[in-house]
Amino acid sequence: MLRAESVSFGYGDREHAFSLDNVSVTIADGSLTGLLGPNGCGKTTLLKLLCGVLQPVRGTVTLAARTFEGPRPLHSMSRRELARHVAVVPQETHPAFEYTVMEMVLMGRHPHLSQFQLEGPSDFAIAREALAATGTDHLADRNYMTLSGGEKQRVIIASALAQQTEILLLDEPTASLDLGYQLDIAALLAALNRERRVTMVLATHDLNLAAALCDRLILMRGGRVLAQGPTADVLTGAKVRELYDVDADVEFHQRSGHLIVLPVKRLR
Amino acid sequence: MKPISARLIAVIAGYGALAIAACVLAPLVGSTHISLARAFDRSIPFADNVDAQIFFVARMPRVLTGAIAGATLAAAGVVMQALLRNPLATPFTLGVSAGAALGAILVLTFSTTVTLGALSPVPLASLGGALMASAIVYGLATRPGRTMSTSVLLLAGVTLNSFFSALILFVQYMADFTQTYRTVRWLMGDLDVGSFGPIVASLPLVVLSFGMFAVLPRSLNLLSVGADAAATRGVNVARTQRLAFLSASLATSAAVSLAGPIGFVGIVVPHLVRLMVGVDHRIVLPASALFGVAFLVGCDLVARTVLAPVEIPVGVVTAMLGGPFFLWLLVRRS
Repeated sequence: MLRAESVSFGYGDREHAFSLDNVSVTIADGSLTGLLGPNGCGKTTLLKLLCGVLQPVRGTVTLAARTFEGPRPLHSMSRRELARHVAVVPQETHPAFEYTVMEMVLMGRHPHLSQFQLEGPSDFAIAREALAATGTDHLADRNYMTLSGGEKQRVIIASALAQQTEILLLDEPTASLDLGYQLDIAALLAALNRERRVTMVLATHDLNLAAALCDRLILMRGGRVLAQGPTADVLTGAKVRELYDVDADVEFHQRSGHLIVLPVKRLR
Repeated sequence: MKPISARLIAVIAGYGALAIAACVLAPLVGSTHISLARAFDRSIPFADNVDAQIFFVARMPRVLTGAIAGATLAAAGVVMQALLRNPLATPFTLGVSAGAALGAILVLTFSTTVTLGALSPVPLASLGGALMASAIVYGLATRPGRTMSTSVLLLAGVTLNSFFSALILFVQYMADFTQTYRTVRWLMGDLDVGSFGPIVASLPLVVLSFGMFAVLPRSLNLLSVGADAAATRGVNVARTQRLAFLSASLATSAAVSLAGPIGFVGIVVPHLVRLMVGVDHRIVLPASALFGVAFLVGCDLVARTVLAPVEIPVGVVTAMLGGPFFLWLLVRRS
């Protein structure tokens, strides 16, 4: 379980004192939580606090892993230890050199290897399994830079899977993908959550993706949490209006089996 | 894909053999013909063995200087490129060579006789200048507990390079023709250090920086993917960046104070190596160090022989090879 308690964070170069102000969220084990909100509302900042890349100015983020006796604050853990429990899939990944797909995925093994240890057969097996789980095993020897956007994103997810963490944070993983790839990634995440019990937090602008995938939602606006709870309770026309200043219809859709959001017009 | 250990062993064996071959064969070539068998013949006393004296005393210091400068500049180039996430970075991008040049030129112009152990005034001053430039860039780019910004590093380096160049021009304007000539010669880079003394004096810094290089490669892989990506996969980014910066700066300072600012080794060698062995830093770093030995010793062989008996500075040869190579690289990337 990952929990942020009254965390505040400021980049120190904004007019506003905090880009994240007194935020408390709880990510339960096995949940698939959607993080919604307009641009600049603090979604990415919250993800960076949840994985310890940023340190909160106030409040603490704690992790209660299965192997821990109790919750431990992230700042008391080394990067290496933290990386064995929490993995991150950023929106885009641009390596400076032309790594192969296999090399990119094997980088996920970093926190499990000691200083001078080289990846052994078991690490290769884990990497191959991660490639298979994301449907990218045929790309193993390809140059990562030459892949399409959807292939790259699946390879980065495979790299995060090779990290073998119980928690996966994803920052708009479908933002630059076409409709087909969006569905592929959504199906992949749902399967990983269901079959491997990977706890996930998914920051996204795609309300329909969130409605389809997530069992819980956190709505953020202006660095504060507007609402959090089960998707069915939180995803309403009134909340969408409050969140984006957009008049939208939220309805249950028979064929897909989940809520859909149809934006009608911009208010204000 | 072959296991990394097998690739590493093959690469070190192959490039190591190349480096050793270059260092053993290069001293054989020169104005006087000598025989390798005779040079290593233990039955002849060293004092009477002219071939051995030419091999070890006259030519070996120059070859060893090339080996050390080649290895350190190539390895420092690899580290800088990963740290700055920019394949076109060189060991000189962050102002180390300009600082060294300023130090050397101050001594060459307003000659002093300060020495430190085996370090004579010019290497000592260039080492001081290089370390000062590194300290300035480091001070500008680091904040306690924060990661370094590569754009701040690059900006600080580029600015420092031009500022030091302005100071160098100013000092040159004050200098007379003899001093200016010596300055220009120093800037070309030269492996003719004359004895083993300067080589021994450079060793502590070289050994220290290679010790730091040894712990870096896997973290450099991740750092070159992105600072956040590295952090979330367990890399202590701030520490790795500091270690990379310090090791590359120390290595470059040692090489430049020994042999002058020999250009293009730090970019040509890593790129050639990546074309041959891929981009994994655990393989690229040792391979580049070893290939740097062979490359610079080879370039110096050309410098000594192409216009014999005139010896041209090795920096001219590396720049003539490196300039077009750099352009080819740019065209190939775009």
